[in-house]
Amino acid sequence: MTYLLKPKLHHPTLPANRLGYTRRDYEGKISTLCAGCGHDSISAAIIQACWELAIEPHKVAKLSGIGCSSKTPDYFLGNSHGFNTVHGRMPSVLTGANLANRELLYLGVSGDGDSASIGFGQFAHSIRRGVNMVYVVENNGVYGLTKGQFSATADKGSKSKRGVLNSEESIDMVMVALQLGATFVARSFSGDKAQLVPLIRAAIEHKGSAFLDVISPCVAFNNHEGSTRSYDYVREHNEAVNRIDFIKTRDAITTDYAPGTVQDVPQHDGSVLRLRKVDAGYDASNRVTAMNYLQQRAQQGEIVTGLLYVNADSEDLHHHLNTVDIPLNQLNSKDLCPGLAVLEKVNAAMR
Amino acid sequence: MKPTDIGAPDYFHKVVDCQWACPAHTPVPEYIRLIAQGRYSDAYMVNWQSNVFPGILGRTCDRPCEPACRRGRVEDEPAAASNAASSVSSASKEPVAICRLKRVAADYKDDITSRLPKPPAKKNGKRIALIGAGPASLAVARDLAPNGYHVTVFDEVAKAGGMIRTQIPRFRLPEEVIDEEVGYILGLGIEFRHQRIESLKAILEMKGDDAYDAIFVGTGAPRGRDLDVPGRKEASKHIHLGIDWLSSVSFGHVTKIAKRVIVLGGGNTAMDCCRTSRRLGGDDVKVIVRSGFEEMKASPWEKEDAIHEGIPILNFLVPKAFLHANGKLTGMSFDKVKAEYDAKGRRNLVPTGEPEQVFECDEVLIAVGQENSFPWIERDCGIEFDKWAMPKVDEKTMQSSVPKVFFGGDAAFGPKNIIWAVAHGHEAAISIDKFCNGEDVANRPPPMVNMMSQKMGIHEWSYDNQISTDNRFKVPWRDTQITLKNIKIEVEMGFDPLTGFKEAQRCLNCDVQTVFTRDLCIECDACVDICPMDSITFAANGEEKELRGRLTAPADNLTQDIYVSPELKTMRVMVKDEDVCLHCGLCAERCPTGAWDMQKSLIQMTYAGPSCRDKHSPVKKAA
Ligand SMILES: Cc1cc2nc3c(=O)[nH]c(=O)nc-3n(C[C@H](O)[C@H](O)[C@H](O)COP(=O)(O)OP(=O)(O)OC[C@H]3O[C@@H](n4cnc5c(N)ncnc54)[C@H](O)[C@@H]3O)c2cc1C
Ligand SMILES: Cc1ncc(C[n+]2csc(CCOP(=O)(O)OP(=O)(O)O)c2C)c(N)n1
Ligand code: SF4
Ligand code: SF4
Ligand code: SF4
Ligand SMILES: [Mg+2]
Repeated sequence: MTYLLKPKLHHPTLPANRLGYTRRDYEGKISTLCAGCGHDSISAAIIQACWELAIEPHKVAKLSGIGCSSKTPDYFLGNSHGFNTVHGRMPSVLTGANLANRELLYLGVSGDGDSASIGFGQFAHSIRRGVNMVYVVENNGVYGLTKGQFSATADKGSKSKRGVLNSEESIDMVMVALQLGATFVARSFSGDKAQLVPLIRAAIEHKGSAFLDVISPCVAFNNHEGSTRSYDYVREHNEAVNRIDFIKTRDAITTDYAPGTVQDVPQHDGSVLRLRKVDAGYDASNRVTAMNYLQQRAQQGEIVTGLLYVNADSEDLHHHLNTVDIPLNQLNSKDLCPGLAVLEKVNAAMR
Repeated sequence: MKPTDIGAPDYFHKVVDCQWACPAHTPVPEYIRLIAQGRYSDAYMVNWQSNVFPGILGRTCDRPCEPACRRGRVEDEPAAASNAASSVSSASKEPVAICRLKRVAADYKDDITSRLPKPPAKKNGKRIALIGAGPASLAVARDLAPNGYHVTVFDEVAKAGGMIRTQIPRFRLPEEVIDEEVGYILGLGIEFRHQRIESLKAILEMKGDDAYDAIFVGTGAPRGRDLDVPGRKEASKHIHLGIDWLSSVSFGHVTKIAKRVIVLGGGNTAMDCCRTSRRLGGDDVKVIVRSGFEEMKASPWEKEDAIHEGIPILNFLVPKAFLHANGKLTGMSFDKVKAEYDAKGRRNLVPTGEPEQVFECDEVLIAVGQENSFPWIERDCGIEFDKWAMPKVDEKTMQSSVPKVFFGGDAAFGPKNIIWAVAHGHEAAISIDKFCNGEDVANRPPPMVNMMSQKMGIHEWSYDNQISTDNRFKVPWRDTQITLKNIKIEVEMGFDPLTGFKEAQRCLNCDVQTVFTRDLCIECDACVDICPMDSITFAANGEEKELRGRLTAPADNLTQDIYVSPELKTMRVMVKDEDVCLHCGLCAERCPTGAWDMQKSLIQMTYAGPSCRDKHSPVKKAA
């Protein structure tokens, strides 16, 4: 936590994006989190991704629950809409907002406590409904804000700062999201922006529920020996299956790769998501093999990161509900009360 | 790249751009902080130690520190409007007013005489002759006298000060300021003799008690260059050499000038000539230069001052002839030229072919350059001269080909300025001290570097790390209605204490260094994320050139070092570009492990005396 405001001065070559904004324009208030908290790095990655994509800040809604992680939307995109909901209720409020105005980009920011305990049901249903959103869990294995109790994602057998072993089974939110039908599932690490930023960009561009589990060490309560969410532990056990090199590409691809090392995933808008495989055998378009692979690796104690699953033909909640293209909050009384003649027609169809 | 050796005495010194650029290496941020704290006397003494003439330099210094100042690189372009959508600051890319802050220290200090060194109770028996009493000699005297040397200063002018007293006009530098600061030095028990030296040989040949152990030549570059074009002789009564004319004004021998004056030349002397003319009756004064306005030698602020006083500067005009009738000057003719650049980028002034231009005038001041002359140094007394008739002087030791004779100031390498004269003086004093102690003058003492953590608490530093967004403050001018009427009235009024404080707050404290400890770093990226200037990167190591290109922001300013750590756990290295770091300490505040610390690097030059000798006493501690 810093008391000083970050000076407005910036590097003389700081570039502007298509909209004329610099990266600094996507910042928010000064963070009040502990110095070195992984969550701050995730905020920085979100800022970078939104700047790179030249996202219009007023077209973003940030929603969160309660926790250190849920505080972070105050620290990025200071010119966007925000809703800090109650503990675990972010997914429901986000779903409602999304139904009312489908035109915004919905960034749901949550913690492992917020989403895997009190908000577990809310999380599950927003994913299974295919709400068009980016759902980021800043996963540190503890309740940071309430001083470091184990969360439901803490690994069985890992040790708390006070030396207590966790005896309960852990929830792997990536597995749950896959099972519930998320159409974009990724895992990354707050300390690896080279991997994280392109994943956030890809998640933003994805249509449907995009779930990102980001391991994010809590320096205050979960960065000690015996923790499985510490900077050191994650670095030692991190196994990236792929890296996103190009996110959108309609142009001819010029770089040469050895056969089998690149996976192209065509997108809705005709562009291609290009993955550079680190593990040649990994297929990010197959949910079943992905789940098997993750289980196997987890047994070996490895943390698999990268774009784990993406469904190119994803659909979202509005598609399922067959809503109109115009955001519901823009429909006026004329649209909503089309008159007696139409009512007659509807009634007739019911008879 | 190899890990940076931050223990090397120059590494952090180079980061303090202003101090590195100052010929006398004044610890600028140290005194600026003292000014901000209202500790003017302390600020004055920091200056006095390094540059000897804070009040004089605070009004007249050529300020090589300011173009170097980091502040001038971190502010935005004046028209930040190019990026209209952006909300980031729109300051002005101007350095800290380092020079004028020196004056603030001098203006508001208390009586500091009790802090000056006392004339030593016991002399060391060595006798040193200083020829000329300009800033170079006075600096030598200041450094040597407190160490017990018997110092004799000779000058053909009755009062010490050199060109500071005889050439620089009073409206830029009041006489009291010169008296005060020259007085501090003469008060150290120095013998001043009003005497012109006619022969170096005679001094070298002195015997017994009269003999000198070392001689310092600080006689300046006293001769003004003339302009040999038709009419020069015929109209000579109304044509003057600028520097001679200025000293005549200083001595009160000249008190007026005709109404229409042309000043030839584009340097600072020309600026002083034209501004002086305006005060002595010149209504229609113009400066005419051969070169373009931009390439003129005068400092930008001197040109600004002249223009402010209603003096036009006409450029690209080469003097052709002095026009005269009946022994009286009537005007001058010029050829119009333009600048052309050859394949090697050298500039040539070529005639445009336009008809000559004639400007009427009653008097002309020639300020087209200054030269050295040493008529009093016999060519057979052992001093070797080069083909330009300049003595052969070692650039570091200031020693000539006669081991006991040293040179400094304008006499050593041609006309420069006061601060260079002072810097030469310090070096020559060290050489003389070592020479008189039988040591090798080539073995120079390193500066004293002291590193001191500024951490006081989790978010508390013993320096003010909040970055001011104020633009540079301008020193107020007295109204020309008043200043043009009296040559002794100072034009600049100096900062008031509040403005001085605000200007001081613009300083970035570049001496408070970011110091990185590899073993404490957990690579959490917190410093990278918070750094407002994108100065920090964690990346795979590489060759410097290539590495500079793939940092968070490119490190394109090759004059600034990049700081590279030893390899970290992830096999990467930490790379910090020193170029535009604000020294705001946010990296250190955000670091959870204290791998970053803000440490003040107090770099103090070593001066003549026991500490400059090969066997020296322990160094002073930083505050
Ligand atoms: C018009 C003008 C304006 C200037 N303005 C500035 C300015 O604003 N800022 C700045 O930094 N610099 C300025 N300078 C330059 C600056 O004055 C000189 O660089 C500086 O004074 C050089 O110092 P010095 O000690 O080498 O010699 P000087 O100051 O030139 O002193 C030499 C002294 O030696 C004496 N002397 C010479 N020969 C003998 C002899 N044989 N016997 C006895 N005495 C002798 C002279 O009388 C003189 O007093 C200006 C120069 C001029 C001409
Ligand atoms: C209804 C309710 N129950 C309990 C709490 C107490 N509480 C605050 S934050 C938190 C857990 C936060 O954990 P997580 O989401 O992992 O966030 P972190 O601080 O670790 O980033 C709890 C239980 C609360 N604020 N509201
Ligand atoms: S308690 Fe943990 S999660 Fe919360 S701010 Fe501190 S380091 Fe981050
Ligand atoms: S900002 Fe201050 S310390 Fe830095 S170069 Fe300028 S005057 Fe010197
Ligand atoms: S002090 Fe640290 S945070 Fe501030 S500009 Fe310099 S490197 Fe960046
Ligand atoms: Mg948590």
